[in-house]
Amino acid sequence: MATTLPEPPKIDSRRQPERGSGNGGWKNLVPADGDLHVKRDYSPPPSSTGIWVVLFAITMMFAAFTSALVVRKGGANDWQSFRLPPILYFNTLLLLASSITLELARRRVATFMGGLKTTAQTPARWLYITLGLGLLFVGGQYIAWSQLRSEGLYLATNPSSSFFYLLTVTHALHVLGGLGGLLYVISKLHKSVLRRDQLVSTARYWHFMGLLWVYLLVLLWVKV
Amino acid sequence: MAKLFAVCIVVIAILSAIPILAHTWVAPADISTHGHLIDEQMSETMAEAGIAFLAAQFFLAFFIWKSANRGAGEKVKNFPIGAKGLVLAGFLVVGAEVLALGVFGVKAWAEQYLNPPAADAMPVQVQAGQFAFYFRYPGPDGKFGPLHPDQISEANQNFFGLDQTHDPDSKDDIVTAEMAIPVNKQIHLLMHSKDLGHSFFVRELRVQQDFVPGLDLSLHFTATKIGKYEIVCTQLCGLGHYNMKAYLEVMSQQDFDDWLKKEAAMQ
Amino acid sequence: MHDITAHSMQHHAPTGFIRKHVFSLDHKVIGKQYYGLALIAAICGMILSWLMRIHLGWNNLAIPGLELLSKNGAPGGVMTPEFYLQLMTMHGTIMVFFVLTTAPFAAFGNFFLPIQVGAEDMPFPRFNMMSFWVTFVAFVVLMSSFFVGDGPTLGGWTQYAPLNAVGSIAGPGQGMGVVLWMASIGLFCIGQLLGSLNFITTTLDLRTKGMSFMRLPLSAWAWFITSSMALTAFAVLMPACILVILDHLAGTSFFVPSNLVISDQLQPHSGGSTLLWQHLFWFFGHPEVYIAIIPGLGIVSHVLITNMRKQMLSQRVLIYCMTALAVLSYMVYGHHMFVSGMNPYSSLAFSFPTLIITIPATIVVLIWTFSLYGSKLRINSASLFALGFISMFVSGGVSGFFLAQPSIDIMLHATYFVVGHFHLVMAVAAMFGIFAGTYFWFPKMAGRMMNEKLGQLHFILSFVGAYCIFMPFHYLGMVGNVRRYASFVDDFMAPLIPVHRFITVAALITGAAQVIFVYNLIYSRFWGKPAPENPWEGTSLEWSTTSPPPFDNFGGKHPVVYHDPYQYGVQSSTGDYVMQTSPEQVATTRDEK
Repeated sequence: MATTLPEPPKIDSRRQPERGSGNGGWKNLVPADGDLHVKRDYSPPPSSTGIWVVLFAITMMFAAFTSALVVRKGGANDWQSFRLPPILYFNTLLLLASSITLELARRRVATFMGGLKTTAQTPARWLYITLGLGLLFVGGQYIAWSQLRSEGLYLATNPSSSFFYLLTVTHALHVLGGLGGLLYVISKLHKSVLRRDQLVSTARYWHFMGLLWVYLLVLLWVKV
Repeated sequence: MAKLFAVCIVVIAILSAIPILAHTWVAPADISTHGHLIDEQMSETMAEAGIAFLAAQFFLAFFIWKSANRGAGEKVKNFPIGAKGLVLAGFLVVGAEVLALGVFGVKAWAEQYLNPPAADAMPVQVQAGQFAFYFRYPGPDGKFGPLHPDQISEANQNFFGLDQTHDPDSKDDIVTAEMAIPVNKQIHLLMHSKDLGHSFFVRELRVQQDFVPGLDLSLHFTATKIGKYEIVCTQLCGLGHYNMKAYLEVMSQQDFDDWLKKEAAMQ
Repeated sequence: MHDITAHSMQHHAPTGFIRKHVFSLDHKVIGKQYYGLALIAAICGMILSWLMRIHLGWNNLAIPGLELLSKNGAPGGVMTPEFYLQLMTMHGTIMVFFVLTTAPFAAFGNFFLPIQVGAEDMPFPRFNMMSFWVTFVAFVVLMSSFFVGDGPTLGGWTQYAPLNAVGSIAGPGQGMGVVLWMASIGLFCIGQLLGSLNFITTTLDLRTKGMSFMRLPLSAWAWFITSSMALTAFAVLMPACILVILDHLAGTSFFVPSNLVISDQLQPHSGGSTLLWQHLFWFFGHPEVYIAIIPGLGIVSHVLITNMRKQMLSQRVLIYCMTALAVLSYMVYGHHMFVSGMNPYSSLAFSFPTLIITIPATIVVLIWTFSLYGSKLRINSASLFALGFISMFVSGGVSGFFLAQPSIDIMLHATYFVVGHFHLVMAVAAMFGIFAGTYFWFPKMAGRMMNEKLGQLHFILSFVGAYCIFMPFHYLGMVGNVRRYASFVDDFMAPLIPVHRFITVAALITGAAQVIFVYNLIYSRFWGKPAPENPWEGTSLEWSTTSPPPFDNFGGKHPVVYHDPYQYGVQSSTGDYVMQTSPEQVATTRDEK
């Protein structure tokens, strides 16, 4: 026997769904047994989920490179180790510092967006500092590459240098992508159309780049 | 259409099974000591896979025939066993089947790959290159001379890169384009690739193994029947891949000794 | 002022031609673009297979016009062995990547995943657009290798090292041809990664109110599982392609070992590992096979349930089985390498998961088959192809019993048995899934019905034809007919040529039958009968909107979901089904727990 039930409760009008968001998502159930109480009316903004997907893909990629390195080194007798350029350690500090400044920036912007502090102080300052540190990091990596080149270590010189360039250049390209993300955030902030999840995702990506770099440095230090 | 389709399934299933039951196309007879294990494993698997294949196709055809375009008044119903039963059946029947196959199959695999070659196995080296096999016998001293890849030259007939002026071990090495082995004697085949990936496949011997450049592998087998067999390459190696082959001659010990002498004289 | 609240960025349907049809952000247009790309690629791939089959049957036959494709490869229209291998490589690459991955996953997934979960679009429409165009460029790069240097690579779609890395000295197409191949596949990986990002996020975040995970239709589940696999697999293949390109262009030695002598020349590389490529490739390659087939499982289940007018015996079990297949597929890749020189104990270690993978596959088939019992099966082109899929999946699956065992693989490795196995289970079955999806969803995608009579004719010819082509492959393999041979010159295989001729004739006829499909597709697109909203009386969300759906899928409304996806065989005001969006309460047939 069919019975028609009343309309489900209206969605809270203050929380307008974002573009593309069907305001559903996790645990958002309308049971079929007649109880139409909406348990939870929240779905995470897609970019904060999407960033984890991106980070997973990057992890897989570097896992593939790592396994290639381990196999290649394990089965070969032509592996020649070399000393890592010391500037790498300085670069590491730069990147880690940029994570801290970005975290400061994120809080500053969050407070600013929250309207708690409406001073003239620009919330983008720490973002610019992060951007600068990131650029310095890439510049530092470039110096490391030129140092190796001046020692006669090129991409094809030895598998150890091949992997060094491969891993550091791939990482640097990803860092440049992160810098692009920061620029995007800054421009959105200036146009007052920044969404919090955009900032959060960029920050997660940036911190991940720092983590990845520490991992790569340890890997290179142990293996190269 | 449903009935035509159901009939098609049944006919195709039966037609597919006929050549297998009639042994129309079968592998050439086995001439090795380990091959019967593979053949037995193969026929066991064929029995199980064949029954699964026919049963699945027949059930599918039967259900299509029965349930297509039923009248509007009729009600849908579920198969009495239900999903639980099917899952259980899947797990138990197929699980037991594949486990049995897997466990029994280990024996055949072990015979070929896990057991070491006998101590008195006769060593023969095979080198694969684009697009030919060459074979090397150690000669009276029982030792293979070292290889010098930089000295390889097709023009000078130095296929392996042997340096017979400097290496004493190389002097009596016998290089041939055809492989001859004595019957009922275990052969320890040392596999070396000159350039790319190739493979060593002798159907009658039930032997197939890839050559891995930069990694010398070995293989052991015993042939039990005198005759001439084909060695073919099964790993894509370039434009001449289809034509990369050599012959394996299994001889009596006497014939083999004569053959080796003749080849040694020709070096 | 800076704004704390998220901006509502409702965008409107574009009006310009370029934004509407070329660089469109609409997932539906992108889905159709993917479908078109797959169709073109499939036609290319099929023509290549025809040429190969003709060559295998009649070695010295001059094929008119072939010399236009390659002057050196086919002087006077007679194919050279290297050109055969180049065609074979291109056939495999085009089919695996640009047809079997794009059509069931990227094309149908793009169009229907957001609709089935009740979203307006994918969350990152720009990435989605890039996903298609990067894939398109990848296809162009791949095809361009026909016209660059000495043609495309001849190394097969698996591109084994070191053949893929030593350069043109190893054969025609091994220089520039390989580089283009690697670049193309690298780009393809990027395209699919961007697609997967959208698919996963759509499923996780954009489900509409009431759409819990267990209320997702099986096709949506299949796309979700597939995108998770694609994310992992393509992220591994891309670095491998980069390494090969470096070996070519930068002189590194990742895959080329020392002391290789090719054409009497000692190669400059040192110490690389050839097995490394095989591990990286097959870590991608085996999941890729499941990327091609799992959307098929989902589509077939979806189509079958709708046409059976009842639920499967258990939807949950199907979901679990698809997940199990996906997870296991990463643990079995070594079964491609039993005789490749891998540690023999690893072969055994890879053999058992491979055998175990037959369990979820069998359960899926059992559930499908026994669900047919007592159903009110509607016979139409879509359901026929779905049923044909089951038959093909079984036939291709049972040969897996053989190939999963290392001992038997000694005899069957690299023979036509393998070719028969993967063509039936992956190629033909996945194609049948694509056809089922096309006949089923065409009314929704194009707003017009396809011709049913032509569809059924197309089905029966394809079904019989596919068996005529691929069953004999197994027999050839059992005799010991080696694959990837340009011709069969040796004494052993020459007697098998008549079988090859039979296959060639069957392939030509079956291929010709596909013309019916293409005609049907094009004719129906423009002159077919206009389609109603819900022609198959389906329940899922795509049937609750117009055909074709409006720009935002549901005309400004957010659908609310009240039911499990497949409420058939019930009594409701609409008939024997109740739609997911209908608040009507009926005596439901809940999925068996």
